[in-house]
Amino acid sequence: MIGLEHYLTVAAALFVTGIFGIFLNRKNVIILLMSIELILLSVNINLVSFSSFLNDLTGQVFTLFVLTVAAAEAAIGLAILVCFYRNRGSIAVEDVNVMKG
Amino acid sequence: MQADLSVILPEIILSIYAMIALIGAVYTSKDKAAGLLVWVTAVIFGILGLWIMANGSSDRVTAFGGMFIDDGFARFAKVVILFSAAAVLVMGQEYMARRGILKFEYPILVALAAVGMMMMVSAGDLMAVYMGVELQSLALYVVASMRRDSVKSTEAGLKYFVLGALSSGLLLYGASLIYGFAGTTLFSGIIAAAEGGHAPIGLLFGLVFMISGLAFKVSAVPFHMWTPDVYEGAPTPVTAFFATAPKVAAMALFARVMHDAFGGVTGDWQQVVALLAVLSMFLGAVAAIGQSNIKRLMAYSSISHMGFALMGLASGTALGVQAMLIYMAIYVTMNIGVFAFILTMERDGAPVVDIAALNLYSKVQPGRAFAVLILMFSLAGVPPLLGFFGKLYVLRAAYDGGLAWLAVAGVIASVIGAFYYLRIVYYMYFGSEGAGLETGRSPVLWTLLMASAAIMVIGIINLFGVEAAAQAAAMTLVK
Repeated sequence: MIGLEHYLTVAAALFVTGIFGIFLNRKNVIILLMSIELILLSVNINLVSFSSFLNDLTGQVFTLFVLTVAAAEAAIGLAILVCFYRNRGSIAVEDVNVMKG
Repeated sequence: MQADLSVILPEIILSIYAMIALIGAVYTSKDKAAGLLVWVTAVIFGILGLWIMANGSSDRVTAFGGMFIDDGFARFAKVVILFSAAAVLVMGQEYMARRGILKFEYPILVALAAVGMMMMVSAGDLMAVYMGVELQSLALYVVASMRRDSVKSTEAGLKYFVLGALSSGLLLYGASLIYGFAGTTLFSGIIAAAEGGHAPIGLLFGLVFMISGLAFKVSAVPFHMWTPDVYEGAPTPVTAFFATAPKVAAMALFARVMHDAFGGVTGDWQQVVALLAVLSMFLGAVAAIGQSNIKRLMAYSSISHMGFALMGLASGTALGVQAMLIYMAIYVTMNIGVFAFILTMERDGAPVVDIAALNLYSKVQPGRAFAVLILMFSLAGVPPLLGFFGKLYVLRAAYDGGLAWLAVAGVIASVIGAFYYLRIVYYMYFGSEGAGLETGRSPVLWTLLMASAAIMVIGIINLFGVEAAAQAAAMTLVK
């Protein structure tokens, strides 16, 4: 029987994969965007599984909001990335270094 | 429904205005209307601010089943947000127009960000928190990379976007856990789930994730990495905006979530917030010492100031929230003045950000140099200026809240931090002969600089009534 904790484990694994994808990735900014999507999707799994476990629709409504906003976020991220590529000629993470921080 | 709509009328007006302005500008004169749109948006911000201030009944009104809360706390934050956003818009208009980066989208995006911020401070539900934060952040990512042809600006936008999206992810993961363990996303339900001073472990996990996400938004250490780069890379008027209204909104949201949703388990978050506060104060004070770029310096300065504001929140009392609100109002006023000055700094028409350019500035412009001196002393917290009273309030709140060690740490950090503010003053009055600096003739910037400096001096009489307003606001949040 697959219970709530299995879903939560999958979501937690996806979440951690996303976080590591952001911090360990040294190659490509697109991978960062994919990692962000992964984090948001793990949240969605969490919300939907809690929603079904609690017999409460709020979680699913929340999921729809997250999905919509994630789409807008990806659009803006890609737009900024295109502008950056035009100026820098590269989207490698190690080239995002004009300012040292 | 009618009653619900009347509660969020200011937000509705602002978002409809933004949409009409967007369509109108696209179909007519495009960027030629940008200057006008900046002023119109600023006037609308001002009117809405006055309206919210005048219309404030002291009671707490909720709308949409508790998702949206309109209380004294929200109104205080909204007034600060709207006025500072209006001032910053007006400030940047000439600077941007002269450099050809005044796009008509700029005031519209700022208006949309303001709607997001108003949503944040009024949120009564995790969904409302998320929608407010995202509306604000998405608009800010775009304005950070406003200067599309500059590597620095787009890089700032990219960094801000990646780290901002990560922080939204953390916040959201926390929200999903809170929803799962409290069974509801409403703050009133969450506080009931954590009844009796102890919360289930899942709720605490959610709380920690939520705090991390919010700490990103207020740029508290150790989630501050984006701040210096974004401040440096973004066009200066945008930096001025970042340093003011969004900080107030994020801090108010932080207080809202902590007290409205987790007010019953104060002890659980107090230590975390106190840690964030002490780290921010020290890192902000120490890391700014080596900076020569005034925008990076202001970034570290804002990290340090956020530490002080968090100190007020960490005390977990109504006095602490009051101190935090007063601190934020003073901080915003000081920053508007300082950025009004930074916007005038130029040489041969090109902006200058190196603080070495300020050498012997007092010989060229004694009046402005004196105003900057007052602002720097106030930022450093030198008595008897207003900045000192801001610090005094948070220190007293922390001490009364039983966090004496935090108050002591705050005093030490403030002494370390005074060094780099005083270094600017030293350059201006006793520096060596340098390349010199021109500071344009913009009357708007001059007025804002002088007004801000004057407030730092005159405000010590009665804080312009902010103290009482902040107290009333804090009382509605902390029961």
